[in-house]
Amino acid sequence: MKSKPGPLFLEQRAYRRRRMADAARVLPVLGAILFSVPLLWGQDGSGAALTTKVMLYLFVIWGLLVGLSAVISRKLREEETRSADNQTQSKTGV
Amino acid sequence: MAPLNVLVLVCLTYVAFLFVVAFAADHAARRGRGMWLRSPIIYTLSLSIYCTAWTFYGAVGFAARSGLEFATIYLGPTLVMIGWWWTLRKMVRVGRSQRVTSIADLISSRYGKSNTLAVCVTLLAVIGTTPYIALQLQSVTLSFATFAASDPTSAELPDQQSTALWVALGLTLFTILFGTRNLDANERHHGVVIAIALEAVVKLFALLAVGVFVVWGLAGGISETIARIDASPIMHWEVSGGRWVGLTMLSAAAFLCLPRMFQVMVVENENEDDLRTAAWAFPGYLMLMSLFVVPIAAIGLQTMPAGVNPDLFVLTLPLHAGRDGLAILSFIGGFSSATSMVIVAAIALSTMVSNHVVMPLWLWAKGGTAVMSGDVRHVALMARRLSIGGIVFLGYLYFRVSGGGESLAAIGLVSFAGVAQFLPALMGGLFWRAANRTGAISGLGVGFVVWMYSMFLPSFGTSSILPQHIFDHGLFGLDWLRPYALFGAEGMDPLVHAVMWSVLLNTAVFICVSLLTFPRPVERLQGAQFVNVFRHSSTATGWSGDLARSEDLMIMSQRIIGSRQAQALFSGAAQCQGLAGYLPEPTPDFLLELERELSGSVGTATAHAMISQIVGGATVSVEDLLAVADETAQIMEYSSRLEAKTQEQARTARQLRAANQKLTQLSVQKDSFLSQISHELRTPMTSIRAFSEILRDTGGLSPEEQAKYSTIIHDEAVRLTRLLDDLLDLSVLENGQVVMNTQTGRLADLLDRTIAAAGGGEADSLEIKRDRDKEDVVLTTDLDRLAQVFINLIANARKYCDAETPCLSISTKQDGAELKIDFVDNGSGIATDQQSVIFEKFAQIGATKAGGAGLGLAICREIMTRLGGDISYLPGQSGGAFRVTLPASVVSSPADETM
Repeated sequence: MKSKPGPLFLEQRAYRRRRMADAARVLPVLGAILFSVPLLWGQDGSGAALTTKVMLYLFVIWGLLVGLSAVISRKLREEETRSADNQTQSKTGV
Repeated sequence: MAPLNVLVLVCLTYVAFLFVVAFAADHAARRGRGMWLRSPIIYTLSLSIYCTAWTFYGAVGFAARSGLEFATIYLGPTLVMIGWWWTLRKMVRVGRSQRVTSIADLISSRYGKSNTLAVCVTLLAVIGTTPYIALQLQSVTLSFATFAASDPTSAELPDQQSTALWVALGLTLFTILFGTRNLDANERHHGVVIAIALEAVVKLFALLAVGVFVVWGLAGGISETIARIDASPIMHWEVSGGRWVGLTMLSAAAFLCLPRMFQVMVVENENEDDLRTAAWAFPGYLMLMSLFVVPIAAIGLQTMPAGVNPDLFVLTLPLHAGRDGLAILSFIGGFSSATSMVIVAAIALSTMVSNHVVMPLWLWAKGGTAVMSGDVRHVALMARRLSIGGIVFLGYLYFRVSGGGESLAAIGLVSFAGVAQFLPALMGGLFWRAANRTGAISGLGVGFVVWMYSMFLPSFGTSSILPQHIFDHGLFGLDWLRPYALFGAEGMDPLVHAVMWSVLLNTAVFICVSLLTFPRPVERLQGAQFVNVFRHSSTATGWSGDLARSEDLMIMSQRIIGSRQAQALFSGAAQCQGLAGYLPEPTPDFLLELERELSGSVGTATAHAMISQIVGGATVSVEDLLAVADETAQIMEYSSRLEAKTQEQARTARQLRAANQKLTQLSVQKDSFLSQISHELRTPMTSIRAFSEILRDTGGLSPEEQAKYSTIIHDEAVRLTRLLDDLLDLSVLENGQVVMNTQTGRLADLLDRTIAAAGGGEADSLEIKRDRDKEDVVLTTDLDRLAQVFINLIANARKYCDAETPCLSISTKQDGAELKIDFVDNGSGIATDQQSVIFEKFAQIGATKAGGAGLGLAICREIMTRLGGDISYLPGQSGGAFRVTLPASVVSSPADETM
C-alpha cells in the first residue's frame, strides 16, 4: 500500500489550507514554549520574579493563544468549505 | 450569617431546577426540536466538567500553597485544545466512525477488539476515578460544614457522613434518570449535557463574582490587589522547572485520557465541527476560571485567620465579609462543579463497567451463547444502572475510609497520573500502526504497577500495605526500589518522580513489546483504520457470513437494540440486498454494520464476541481475507462473464423471434398462395371444360358461336400457360440455370419500350413522370430481363396505386458508379410489417385485387440478383417506392458508346 505521490505544486487555495493546518499544528508548540519562558526568569531568593508579573505575562499569552486559535480555526473552516465548494463545482461543471 | 435552612432550600431548589432543565432538554430532543442543544457552545460548555470542585475550591488552595503553579492544571488542557488538529480531531473522527462508547472501548477496539484490554483499562479507570469522586463528595460536605459552622442558629453541626450520603444518593438518582435513558451510549444524553452546560455557566459566574468581589470589594481595585499580592506569602515566582513542565504535561495527558473527558469530548460529540469552536472557546473558559485564583488566594491568606483551610477561601471570604448571598452563590458554584463531574464520571465508568465487565460475565454465566432466553436490553440497562450506583457508592466508601484528607489537590493529581497511563496506548493506537495488543497490555500493566507503588499507595501515608521501612529501604530491602526514589532517582519531587517513571516505563515497554511481537490480523486491520482514519473512514473487516444464521442474529439484536429498531435495521438491509421480508443475507457488509450498531449499545468487544458466537469464526486470518478477496475477484469475473452471455442470449432470442415471425408470415403466404393458385388454376380450367363440353355435346352451333367459345378456351389456356411460365421462370432463375443475353442500349429507350409494353390499352389511367436528361446512360446487360423488372414495377403501380389520380415518377440518379432508378407512386404504399415479405415468393399484399399470383416481385429480385444489382423497397416516400440498383460494371456514359 504505497501512497501515491501528490502533485508537486498545489493551486493557491489548497496551498493556503495546508499552511493553515500547519499553523494549527504549530500553535500548541508555540504555546508550550511561551508558557515555559517564565522558568528562565530568576527564581532564587530575593531576586525572584514577582508573582504578579508572571501572572500578567501568563494571562497575556493565554489570551493571545485563544485569539490565534480562534482566527486559525475560522480560517481553516473557510478554506475547507470553499475548497469543498470548488470541488463540487469542478465535478459538476464543464 | 446565613441560616443553614436557607442554604438547604436554595440547594434543593437548584437541584430541582436542574432536573427540570434536563427533563425539558431530553423531551425537546426526543421530539426532534431543540437544535440549539447541539450548538458548539453547548459542546464547549460541556467540556468544562474538566473543572471540578477541585478547580473551584482546590485551585485557590493550590495557589495559596504554591503560588502560580496551580495554572499548570489549566495550561495542559489549553495546549491540547489549541492543538486539536493533532490529536482531538483524529480521536473524535475515530470515535464517531467506530461508534466508540468509552475510552476503554476505543483502546480495546483499536487493539483487535480485545476484551482483556478493555477490562484492564476499565479497572484502572475505576481505581483512578473513585478517589476523585470521593473528592467531590468531600468538597460538598466541607463547604456545607463551613456554612453550618458559621451559622449560630444551628444547634449542632450536621453529620458530615450523612451529608455525603445524601449527596451521593441524589447524584445517583439524577445520573440513572438521565444517563441511562437509552441503551445506545452513542446517543447524546441531551438532558445530562444541557444540565452540565448550565452548571458550567453557574460555576464560572460564581467564581467570577467572588473574584470581582475580592478584587474590587475587599482589596479596593486592581492596583491595590497587585500591591497586596506583592506583599503576600506567595509574592515570589518560586516554581521548580520540573514541576511546572511535569504538571503541564500531566494535566494535558489527563485531559485526553480521563474517562469523563472522553465521554463529553468524543462520545457525546455530535458534530466534528464543534471542535473548531471549542478549540478557542474552551481555553478561554479555562483562562477566565483561573483569572481570579491568585488574588483570592493572596487576599484570603492575608485576611483570614491562620489555620483556616485555604481550599475553602472562595466560600469563607464572602462569609467572613458578611456577604451571605455571594457565599450562597459560591456554594452553588462549588456544588455545580462537584455534581457535574460525578454525573459524567459515573456515566462514563458505568458504560465501561457494564460493557466490558458485567455483560461478558453475564454472557459467560449464561453458558456462553448469545442466543439465549431473556432480554439482553434490560440486562444491559440494569447493569449500567447498578454500575452507576456501585461507582458512586465506591466513591462514598473511599471518602468514609480515607476520612477526608486535608488537601484536595493531592488526590486530584494522583488520579490524573493514574489515567495518564492510558496515554501511550491511546496515542500509539492513533498514530502508530505497528502498536499491538500485547504491547498495550504490557505497557499499561507496567505503568499501573509503578503508579500504584510510587504514587497511589504512598498517598495513604505509611500504612499496613506500605509500611515505613519500605519508604526508607525499598521493597525487599532493595535500595533502588524505594517508592520515592526509584532506580536511585533521589531528591526529585515525588509527583514528578512518579509520573516520570510510570509513563516512561509504560511507553518503553509498550514500544519494545510492540516491536518484538506480531499483531493478529484483526489488530492490523483496526490499526490501519485508526491510523488512516482520514484516508478511509469506511471499514473493511472480513466477517465471513456463510455460517451465520440471520434469524439468530435477528433474535439477538432484538434483545440488544430493541425489536423495532432491529427489525428496521434488518428489513432495511434486506431491501438493500433486494430481498423481501426481514431476513437479509449475512453478507460481510451487513454483519459489519450490525456489529457497529450493536457496539453502540454494548461496546465493541462484546458486540464482536456476540456476533462471532453466532457467525462462528471469531478470528479473521490473513488467509481468510485473501480467500475472501480471491473469491470476490472470481465472483466478479464470473458475473461479468454471465452478463456477457446474457446479452448474447438476448440477441439470439431477438433474432429467433424475428425469424419466427417471418416464418409464420411465410406460412400464411404459402397457404394463401395455395388457395390462390388453385383458384387461379381452377377458374380457367372450369371455363375450358365447360366450353369444350358445349362444343362437343351441343349440335347446331353457328360458326360465330363456335369461334367465340373456342376463343374463350384459347384465352383461358393462354392464361394458364402464363401462370405456369411464371412459376417455371422463377424456379429457373432460382436454380441459376438461366442464360443471360447481354445487350447494349440506352436506359431512356428501354423505359420507353417498357412503358409502352406495360401500358396496354389503358395508358391514360396512370400518369408517368420521367426525367429524360438523367436517363441518358448506356447499359450493357440483359436488357430483356431488366425490362421484365420495369414492366413488373409499372404494372404493380397500375394495379395497386390507390390514389384518385395515380401517378408514378421514375427518377434516375447516378450515385458513385451505381445507377439507381426509383419508382415512386402516390398511393398509400406498403405497410411496415409487409415490407419484409413482399419480395418473397407468393407474397400478395392484402390478398385482394386479383391479379398476379404474387410471383412478380420475387422474380424481379431474382433477376436483379442475376444482373449483379438489387431491388429494394424504399420506405418513407410519398407512396409505394421501389429502388432498382444497377452495378457500375453495366453502366457507361453515352460518350463511351460513340467512341
